[in-house]
Amino acid sequence: MSLHNGESGDGANRWYDLFSRGTRDWLRHNEKVREAVREQLPDLVAGSDVLSRPENRTVKVPVRFMEHYHFTLRQPSEQTGAGQGAGKPGDVLRPAQPVRPGQGQQGGGEGEGGITFVLEFQIDDILDWLWEELKLPNLQPKEGSAVEEDTLIREGWDKRGARSRLDRRRTMRESIKRRTAQPTSNVPISNEDLRFRQLARRRRPTTNAAVFFVLDVSSSMDDHCRKLAKSFFFWALQGIRRQFSSIETVFIAHTVEAWEFAEEEFFQVHGQGGTKSSTGLAKAQEVLDERFDPATYNCYLFYATDGHNFSEDRSRATDQLLELAQAMNFCGYAEVSHQNHRRLDTEVAGIWRALDEAGIPCGSYSLTREADIWPAIKAFFTDQAGEPEEA
Amino acid sequence: MPDKRLQDFIPQIESLARELGLHHFPVDFEVVPPSFMMEVAVYGLPVRMPHWSFGVRWIYQMVQHKMGNSKIFEVVFPGNPNRAYLVNTNSVEENTLVVAHVLGHADFSHNNQTFVRSQNQVGYHIVEQAAAHAHRIEEVMETEGARRVEEVLDAALALEPHIDTGQPLERPAYRPSPRAGAPEKQPEGFHQRFAHLPGEEPEQPAGRRAPRQAMHIPPHPERDLLWFIAHYAPEMEDWERDIFLAVRKEAYYFQPVFNCQIMNEGWASYWHSRLLREADFLPSQMYVDCMKTHSDVVRPYAGEQQVALKVNPYHLGYRMWEKLTEDKGTEAARDIMAEEDDFGFVRNYLDRSLAEELGLFVYSAKQNGEIRVTESNLHELHEAILAPKYNFGAPRVYVDELQADGTLNLRHQAEGDGRGLDVDRARHVLEYIDRVWRRPVKLYTHDERGREICLKPGWDDD
Repeated sequence: MSLHNGESGDGANRWYDLFSRGTRDWLRHNEKVREAVREQLPDLVAGSDVLSRPENRTVKVPVRFMEHYHFTLRQPSEQTGAGQGAGKPGDVLRPAQPVRPGQGQQGGGEGEGGITFVLEFQIDDILDWLWEELKLPNLQPKEGSAVEEDTLIREGWDKRGARSRLDRRRTMRESIKRRTAQPTSNVPISNEDLRFRQLARRRRPTTNAAVFFVLDVSSSMDDHCRKLAKSFFFWALQGIRRQFSSIETVFIAHTVEAWEFAEEEFFQVHGQGGTKSSTGLAKAQEVLDERFDPATYNCYLFYATDGHNFSEDRSRATDQLLELAQAMNFCGYAEVSHQNHRRLDTEVAGIWRALDEAGIPCGSYSLTREADIWPAIKAFFTDQAGEPEEA
Repeated sequence: MPDKRLQDFIPQIESLARELGLHHFPVDFEVVPPSFMMEVAVYGLPVRMPHWSFGVRWIYQMVQHKMGNSKIFEVVFPGNPNRAYLVNTNSVEENTLVVAHVLGHADFSHNNQTFVRSQNQVGYHIVEQAAAHAHRIEEVMETEGARRVEEVLDAALALEPHIDTGQPLERPAYRPSPRAGAPEKQPEGFHQRFAHLPGEEPEQPAGRRAPRQAMHIPPHPERDLLWFIAHYAPEMEDWERDIFLAVRKEAYYFQPVFNCQIMNEGWASYWHSRLLREADFLPSQMYVDCMKTHSDVVRPYAGEQQVALKVNPYHLGYRMWEKLTEDKGTEAARDIMAEEDDFGFVRNYLDRSLAEELGLFVYSAKQNGEIRVTESNLHELHEAILAPKYNFGAPRVYVDELQADGTLNLRHQAEGDGRGLDVDRARHVLEYIDRVWRRPVKLYTHDERGREICLKPGWDDD
């Protein structure tokens, strides 16, 4: 009989310090959950909660533990068990729980199967899955919009250079050549053998995009509307980001006035009072003129509102939109509201119809609930791909 | 290094145990970190086959542990030698108690008939065997791919409790029915008198020209689903059968642990308290500290609560053994320990007065969440304690028929279990089975109105 110590120095018993089977099997479980999540991803990510941490390029999705199923008996209407302690026949140990409204009388879901935890997904992974899943077309960059940009590339070699750019393969080749020519030499590598890669400056085409998000924050835009708009903007932006090597965003909120915001503040903005679409569009025009040359940028405009606009603003807004849209690859209009009926039958929707009639590439999408987000995103990318190239 | 004091105490406690009549195979103690213990508690064995479901249990255990709700004191694997693990972060007092506790377990597994029978079947080296299974499975993953192996494990581990320990571990295939072969032996004595009940027509001897009937497989309802599938699946590969048989072997090992938990934990608790009480070599302060741990382990309720909705097996078993040794003497208690499992132990020896003293009761929980203590007699109390242990904790599902076309007909004994199966889960299990059986699989059970229904794998649904 003996007492061993797992930490004794002989190393024979230390394998479990190096390797956790629990972790391994837990990770495998998570992988399975990811696979399952992936299958219903579009529904899950439409929930706006996933947008909590865009700065980390990850989203968090609440998921359930997977259950390894066994044969079990059906839940009885009344279950008996044995307990211990101060209890006399007739004592109620726990009163009946009130049925929460909205929650079905579905039993089950108890135990391990009912526990949820949060998985973090890379947004880029999600996007790839989604594009695959939804079979979304890629964006069409503007003809001739490629911008020349300087980049450093490796080119040629030299006998002198920084240590980090030593070309070992070439150096060895030189060494072998030299030693073949001088069989008496026993210097493996001489200074003469060294070869270094050189960098050269080259102009390369890149694709740039500027995306304008204009959001109506007037008092009629409540949390529900704002959330839908946010989700729509977020995924549209991610989709564009997926394609362009450099992208600049402009966030504009308006009521009867308009302001530009940083991304983090943008969705927190609450406004008061009425709506003048023209102000937001004018602000976008102002920023465009100031910072972006439409010849070198692929520009996109997204506008989200509940559709209400002062009717006296109609002609100004229409003119402003027509002017702005000239510079855009594509314009998207997202109408967020509570009602299902009267979709795209509002003041602002009318203005956008005028845009469409003028032959400018644009699309209008109506969002009343989360389930509408993916169809809208899909419609946006499909519309955009279907548009003929702008002259 | 393990504490010097602990090293000194171990042989002393062991020789004291011998003097008091404990009899067991040698015990190898090993001091390990808590992370290792946690895994052992989750997997049931130090090295075991990989499966994602263990990962779920593991994270659950981790959370419990981090919240301070669970502390693992010891794990011991019966065998020759017994393998016991102590936690290196536990105090020397706690570990001294654990050593005494482990000797109680070692004595139990060496003498209790359920354990003896199981160990005769499985052998005395389950720890090594399980490690070999795990190793073999990991090798198969290399050649067949982790996903295929996982599918087989999904099925095999789901059926883990569906074994029949009444049959030997190494079990021959069914023999053709005697009718088709040699002439039947003349029944003798008892069989001759009672082979046919009064008024029953004696069976006509099969005529010579009667067509040779195909054997009905299985010839009797077959409860060992793991064995049956491993031997009769029409298209299973050898490595898949091996996995089923590995899971089955481990299940044979786990079953006595499950079936004797109250007795076994009670026995070990009784002996750790008695051994330490009689260990005059222990400093008295140390004895007091050990006993604090003891009362934590065998307390009936968690924390400050006054009532528990389950019975702590350590507590119940401990109190029963304490009373039995007091009333009948140690020798009689040892005989009971050798012969019973939890079913016989509770039914025969948990009497009214002890049940009342311990405050045991039966409760009923309604679907609306109300829990009420019910009026119960002793028999009902026994069965309420034992119900979760019936049939290795699983519904009674057996193989009814292997059809000529390879269809597997399973049947659930709904009458015996009092109600039908959870349909959703059962369908999922059928999906697991379907992946290895590769022919149609059906399962008959009852719906909530007691009518027979036939379940198929989820994806076969009409």
